[in-house]
Amino acid sequence: MKSIGLMVVGLLASSLMMDAEAAEGRLLGTGGATTIEGAAGGGLVPWAVISGYSEDDERGGTVALTRAQVDDYRLDVTAASFSYQNRLEISVASQMFNLENLGAELRQQVFGVKYRIAGDLIYTSMPQLSVGALYKRNTRYDIPELVGSQRDNDWEAYLAASKVWLAGPFDRTWLANVTVRATRANQFGLLGFGGDRGDSHEITVEAATGVFLHRSLAIGIEYRQKPDNLSFAKEEDAMSAFVAWFPSKRVALVGAFLDLGSIAGAANQTGYYLSLQASF
Amino acid sequence: MKKLVSHCTAFVTLAMLTLPIGAAHADQDDSLYRALGGEQGIQQLVEDLLFNVADDRRIRHHFVDIDIVRLHEKLSEQICELAGGPCEYTGDDMIKSHTGMGVTRADFNALVEALQLAMDDHQISISAQNRLLALLAPMHGEIVNR
Repeated sequence: MKSIGLMVVGLLASSLMMDAEAAEGRLLGTGGATTIEGAAGGGLVPWAVISGYSEDDERGGTVALTRAQVDDYRLDVTAASFSYQNRLEISVASQMFNLENLGAELRQQVFGVKYRIAGDLIYTSMPQLSVGALYKRNTRYDIPELVGSQRDNDWEAYLAASKVWLAGPFDRTWLANVTVRATRANQFGLLGFGGDRGDSHEITVEAATGVFLHRSLAIGIEYRQKPDNLSFAKEEDAMSAFVAWFPSKRVALVGAFLDLGSIAGAANQTGYYLSLQASF
Repeated sequence: MKKLVSHCTAFVTLAMLTLPIGAAHADQDDSLYRALGGEQGIQQLVEDLLFNVADDRRIRHHFVDIDIVRLHEKLSEQICELAGGPCEYTGDDMIKSHTGMGVTRADFNALVEALQLAMDDHQISISAQNRLLALLAPMHGEIVNR
């Protein structure tokens, strides 16, 4: 219900923005897609890119619907973002994690802010650098508490560097991104924050690389390190292999193969990921 | 005989003058120049680029009061030279030619899109498109916000 409300707010905001004028000052694909946490990036990793297509004094943003389905779990995310000047991004995401075998679910809200501090994705020799922060809050905390989580809300901070080579290997356009994050989230925060095996922020490294086969079609991979704070079940790193299609500056569609490793004792959680993003 | 010697001398002199240049051209990679259709292809490409610009409400105001024939000539020369063709760019440097224009970052991107559309229309391969864009992109800093 909350996610529907969020979607309505997002659509209202987007229709208001479209009345004004949709942001279109940047090149196709340079706003990336929407991550499961709402920030612009790939699917698992927030990149240094600012969401949407706002440049100079433009305002822009995105709304996105995402589903990740692995063997024993399903994650549904509704997210929206606002961007200003290719400089600042504010995002919100509502996550619902369905434990299909238990008939239970976990819920989390994520509020994010990202600021581009230096560089330009395409036009400077140095990478585009952005800093970001995420505030995460479990809105259902029964299961996380039961498995040993220490708190139901927490913040994360990250530094991301993204760079594009217009004519990289094979004369194709390539992108590389590295993100370092301070976090103590268990399974992205869906299982709370901190545990008996670790209760302080640790630095995790995340990376993504991709190639544009064509201006509107990219393929790539992402890797995300994760903490392992709970002794009740081992937590493993996540990865994905994605295809991103940008038919226009208004729409992006991402499909991916996901490997989330072991989650809450269920091993080898692999499956698919689908995300539809509208930009304005 | 004298005539022959002078002919030979002239030939050798000419060869000495032209050979290093010819050798330089042979060394230089002109594959992008050829992929863009040579001098004529580039001139047509630039013509279509300027038509696209004239159609683009975001940036056409930058081009209303300028000598479009001269711009076409200079831009064609510049792309030809960058692409490894046998041309010499005779226009002003990028900072001088854009000072006072107030080209924004969005304007620069709009021009890139106008070029991409023109290259699509000319069926220029993705590789050649990317190579040309990579040669033009470093000028961003010299053109934007001058």
